[in-house]
Amino acid sequence: MGWHGKIERNVILLLVLSLLTVSIGGLVEIVPLFTIESTIEKVKGMRPYTPLELVGRNIYIREGCYTCHSQQIRPFRDEAERYGHYSLAAESMYDHPFQWGSKRTGPDLARVGGKYSNEWHVAHMIDPREVVPESIMPPYAFMLENTLDVDDIAAHLRANVAVGVPYSEDMIENAAADLAVQADPDGDHDAFLERYPKAAVGDLDGDPGRLTEMDAMVAYLQILGRMVDFDALTVDDLRQ
Amino acid sequence: MSVAEVAVADAAAGRTEAVAYNERIIRYFVIATMFWGVAAFAVGVLIALQLAYPVLNLGLEWTTFGRLRPVHTSAAIFAFGGNALLGTSLYVVQRTSRASLFGGEALGLFVFFGYQAFIVMAALGYVFGVTQGREYAEPEWYVDLWLTLVWVVYLVVFVGTLMKRKEPHIYVANWFYLAFIVTIAMLHIVNNLAVPVSWTGAKSYSLFSGVQDALTQWWYGHNAVGFFLTAGFLGIMYYFIPKQAGRPVYSYRLSIIHFWALIFLYIWAGPHHLHYTALPDWAQNLGMVFSVMLWMPSWGGMINGIMTLSGAWDKLRTDPVLRFLVTSVAFYGMSTFEGPVMSIKQVNALSHYTDWTVGHVHSGALGWVAFVSFGAVYYLVPALWRRSQLYSERLVSYHFWIATIGIVFYITAMWVSGILQGTMWKSYDHLGFLQYSFIETVVEMHPYYVIRAMGGVLFLIGALIMVYNLWRTARGDVRQEVRAAAAPLAQPAE
Repeated sequence: MGWHGKIERNVILLLVLSLLTVSIGGLVEIVPLFTIESTIEKVKGMRPYTPLELVGRNIYIREGCYTCHSQQIRPFRDEAERYGHYSLAAESMYDHPFQWGSKRTGPDLARVGGKYSNEWHVAHMIDPREVVPESIMPPYAFMLENTLDVDDIAAHLRANVAVGVPYSEDMIENAAADLAVQADPDGDHDAFLERYPKAAVGDLDGDPGRLTEMDAMVAYLQILGRMVDFDALTVDDLRQ
Repeated sequence: MSVAEVAVADAAAGRTEAVAYNERIIRYFVIATMFWGVAAFAVGVLIALQLAYPVLNLGLEWTTFGRLRPVHTSAAIFAFGGNALLGTSLYVVQRTSRASLFGGEALGLFVFFGYQAFIVMAALGYVFGVTQGREYAEPEWYVDLWLTLVWVVYLVVFVGTLMKRKEPHIYVANWFYLAFIVTIAMLHIVNNLAVPVSWTGAKSYSLFSGVQDALTQWWYGHNAVGFFLTAGFLGIMYYFIPKQAGRPVYSYRLSIIHFWALIFLYIWAGPHHLHYTALPDWAQNLGMVFSVMLWMPSWGGMINGIMTLSGAWDKLRTDPVLRFLVTSVAFYGMSTFEGPVMSIKQVNALSHYTDWTVGHVHSGALGWVAFVSFGAVYYLVPALWRRSQLYSERLVSYHFWIATIGIVFYITAMWVSGILQGTMWKSYDHLGFLQYSFIETVVEMHPYYVIRAMGGVLFLIGALIMVYNLWRTARGDVRQEVRAAAAPLAQPAE
């Protein structure tokens, strides 16, 4: 293998050839995901997260929920019966970052929205074993104590716009108000629901006087998997 | 000059070489390796116990499994493994180049302290809830930028030292170290592309979303395995096994073929983490095919490592340090066979989302990465502290067996729990309904979680024995003990 002698005598040649060799696989696999249009199914109903849902999602990330819960249902009979329709690429198109997960120490959460009441979620988060005695989930009672501390929600929406999430000017302008009104049982939700259909509104955490991290968490959990209208879908819409 | 000759020449040059090697920072890296190793194993034991006994989450914001799991994975991969890689690479590149570090001690110290700062910033972030939520790439944007700077300096030191070399050829261990450094730079930068909410805040949003983000992340994630935990540690194997066995590398030709094949194929394997997800089928199938092909160059490395003992097999009986090194390569062979099997979609349908994956990772991380690092550190401490031998070879032997039994507990428990949970999820009763609720499968996991934690405790005890042994070695103590006798030479039958 005399030809190899040249490479192993020249650091820069070895470096450049190595870099070229390791670039190929990623280029061939990742770039087409941006260029092939059918990668993300054309479905109706996907919208950006409400400000409160987005904050809830950030708490979900902060707590490392993805280390035990997936958000990706596979197209198997048992998963369809346990969790619902298999997950579509479109359903995480506004997820920066994605939270598909890799481990199910607890159940999949891709379609947990609407499955349980707000009260169930709050009780379960405060003490999981109070609701499910065999559960091994950590308690998250502190979320009900922690007042939501977000004074730059519009900046969060703008950062999302920068990475491609279609928040409108109207949404950014009303971000702070929308953050508060979603969990306010006495608020006027008409304009809010116009901007963000299907969002869970009202007293989310059982403590209507304060906006807490639990409000955000419940708002996020209750929208999971509920945006796409599956009744309106045809097989052709799902072809990748 | 062939690889083998280079190794022999290096051995001949030995410690009498006139070059003034930079050894102080290597000593720092060795100490950091053991410090973070013990920390990583201890946190691992804690979170393993949390899954068996949730009360150990302590009801506090900062001590839940979700926040501590990234502390464990980052400490094991980047702190323990990373310090082992940086330390050994800067040791090996000096010895095999017969040159001191490029940039001298100053740049070396920057790399050392810069890297420790990265680890501390990352770990503190997780505990206080600062994370990107990307597996094995949890540190937020400001930590990522800092690591990028440290890594570029590390590359400069490494390449600069190679350029100063007094040997015409670059030794094979350095090919692997170089590929590891360059590829990790590429993966780190692309996977961490993000837009911060503000320049004064910690939070950022990833540039990509959903399916593109998923594949970018697992392109990164699998090649953190491929280049951080494999290519880099193969560099360790290619230097320390020939040195400890006193034999040249088995095959120069095999090392060339498996080097290029390994780095070419590994990068394609990411999609096997996304089987049956919303990732398009063509990408899943590509990932599966390349993962299966990857079996071959992986075993090329294993064969080259193990066969280096040709003619020196008897040393396995008398040299417990060599036993660590060779057993690590055997574990490498086992987990690089298991990996391709699990990447086959039909197998993955059962194994994915279960503890089988966790067991697979740990047979690689404990059996391969940690064992080869232990072997290298046992070699390095007497060399760097100028001691003629380790304090106690018997303690090395105890460490070896305690840790090996720990690994066996760990991976067998995870095989059983993973396959059990995977099949329970898919079970139907005679009426055609799902047989088990999810929580029933969780209950079944309990005994295996306890056994797994016990395996982790054994592994941790082994590491503590090692720390004690190394500390006594560095002090210059030698324990009075009967050393294992060398095998008598076999005589032909009369």
